[in-house]
Amino acid sequence: MKTTAYIFLMAMVAAICSMETGGSYAGEVKAISGAGATFPYPIYAKWASAYYKLTGIKLNYQSIGSGGGIKQIKAKTVDFGASDAPLKPEDLDKWGLFQFPMIMGGVVPVVNIPGVKAGQLKISNKTLVDIYLGKIRKWNDPKIASENPGLSLPGINITVVHRADGSGTTWIFTNFLSKVSQEWKEKVGNAKAVAWPTGIGGKGNEGVASYVKRIRGSLGYVEYAYALQNRLTYIKLKNRAGAYVAPNMDTFQAAAANADWKGAKGFYVVLTDQPGKDSWPITGASFILLQRVQDKPEVAKAVLSFFDWCYRNGKEMAKKLDYVPMPEMVVNLVEEAWKTEIKDKNGNPVWP
Amino acid sequence: MIRSGTKGRILDIIFANGTRICALLVFLIIVAIMVSLLAGAWPALKKFGPSFIISSQWNPVTEQFGALVAIYGTVVTSIIAMLIGVPVSFGIAIFITELCPVWLKQPIATAIELLAAIPSIIYGMWGLFVFAPFFGDHIEPWISDTLGRLPVIGPLFSGPPLGIGVLTAGIILGIMVIPFMASVFRDLFEVVPSVLKESAYGIGATTWEVIKKIVLPYTKVGVVGAIMLGLGRALGETMAVTFVIGNADRLETSLLMPGNTISSSLANQFTEAVGEIYTSSLIALGLILFLLTFMVLALAKYLLIRLTLKEGVRT
Repeated sequence: MKTTAYIFLMAMVAAICSMETGGSYAGEVKAISGAGATFPYPIYAKWASAYYKLTGIKLNYQSIGSGGGIKQIKAKTVDFGASDAPLKPEDLDKWGLFQFPMIMGGVVPVVNIPGVKAGQLKISNKTLVDIYLGKIRKWNDPKIASENPGLSLPGINITVVHRADGSGTTWIFTNFLSKVSQEWKEKVGNAKAVAWPTGIGGKGNEGVASYVKRIRGSLGYVEYAYALQNRLTYIKLKNRAGAYVAPNMDTFQAAAANADWKGAKGFYVVLTDQPGKDSWPITGASFILLQRVQDKPEVAKAVLSFFDWCYRNGKEMAKKLDYVPMPEMVVNLVEEAWKTEIKDKNGNPVWP
Repeated sequence: MIRSGTKGRILDIIFANGTRICALLVFLIIVAIMVSLLAGAWPALKKFGPSFIISSQWNPVTEQFGALVAIYGTVVTSIIAMLIGVPVSFGIAIFITELCPVWLKQPIATAIELLAAIPSIIYGMWGLFVFAPFFGDHIEPWISDTLGRLPVIGPLFSGPPLGIGVLTAGIILGIMVIPFMASVFRDLFEVVPSVLKESAYGIGATTWEVIKKIVLPYTKVGVVGAIMLGLGRALGETMAVTFVIGNADRLETSLLMPGNTISSSLANQFTEAVGEIYTSSLIALGLILFLLTFMVLALAKYLLIRLTLKEGVRT
């Protein structure tokens, strides 16, 4: 008995040792690791599996939430971090990080009103804010009715639905509300979780989607993909140019194209309330975070090669999963910045 | 094989010390948890002081945090759960041990054990997709039309029938604690010596009298323990509650309105909490839950001591 146990133990030790050497073999990078945002996880996973088949390089991405991603890249326990909300330029400088936008999505208000179909209801910024502030409480309120002549709205209560968990989606949504309403900015503010003046909280996009589906008279906000896949009744929003737009690939890309990427330090661009008559007002990008000074330039190079490949070859995959790829112009800006911003210890650029 | 001599003695010593280490480990873990909770919660406790417990504000933007909403939600959902769970579990256990035909005993017992084995997330999903819609469409309108119109308790039961809220969470919790308490009650009632029960029946006692005068006094320590076990589960339950409570950090009078509990606040917000005070306030919530559970246990012990004291007086 003893001998068998001993042999078993030795075999285990041997196996563990061989795994160690296999993983961290210097020179050739076999695996890269990242952690952070949950919103882009499906597309990162999809890209990673396609890239693995092509190159044999494996991506290990833990979708632990943006907060965790930021913590881990600061501690250098991962090769890249991911965050749904951009970090402020001063924070990037403080922590020696560099960020760039990788993929976009839109946040879509969805409703459940008997007799109202997708895209029928039109709502202005002011009205949306007033509903989320709890000032407008019924669907047949004159303010809503005046924007929707010809649409018969029932006199039922509005039940506001929001995210219960801290999330990038909430960050983008409250960012939009803060931009369009001074009152919201002062009373509630812009964060991943806020003190909601009214309403109920669902856990995750799926939680909000299921509340909206089941509560008559509800209004919630979800990621575009969830609205599509759950066939929720989206509404049209009035954008900065004064036009009512429906949420779709084109209006999200219009928002990204009309944003001022060039003038933004550290790619700190929030795509809410952008100019242009086709822009969807609640668009958001998800960001990648890298250390500005790389201890292991070969790993950084592998990471950048992966993202370069995603930018160039991953567009169709992204669209299939209802994500919005970055416009070409932005991709070029980002890759230019890689050349000057990311360096090894001796100050030599890592890319290309 | 019986070992003798020094070898046996050494093995004995190793064995005794091994078990001692295992037992001490429990203390060590409790103390370690307590210390790390205190250390983590310290920045928040220092900043807000005692007002942390009585403030109903929970605002991550301005970093003003108070635990009152979460404490209230935790306590109220647990009370509702106990109000439902204890009588039903009692009924189940009494039926199985006293009144049930023999062939039905085993199937009911197995069903209870199966209920206990269901993971809490399943209760949560069931609550959200099946129970909440039913409750909101059929029961809640009736509740707010009848109970909601009563004078004193009316405000507790009025409001829009969302199907999601403190009352729903309490009911789901009640269903979740039933299998635990029922199976312990049953085991307890079964160890009451038949000779005691039969003598009581023999002098003409009814089933209820036998339960009240013989079974309960005989098993009271265990019964209190089982109730505390159920209460402990209700206080700490996370996933099932998160799904159906509505997760709103506001203090509402009505039980039909959404609320929040300590554990669901933690589950929802911990991953994305940034900044020292926010994280620390969440840990402080955890500390409060820890103390709350501790207080419940202490109260149970105190009750038991009181019960035994009274016994002494009577005889």
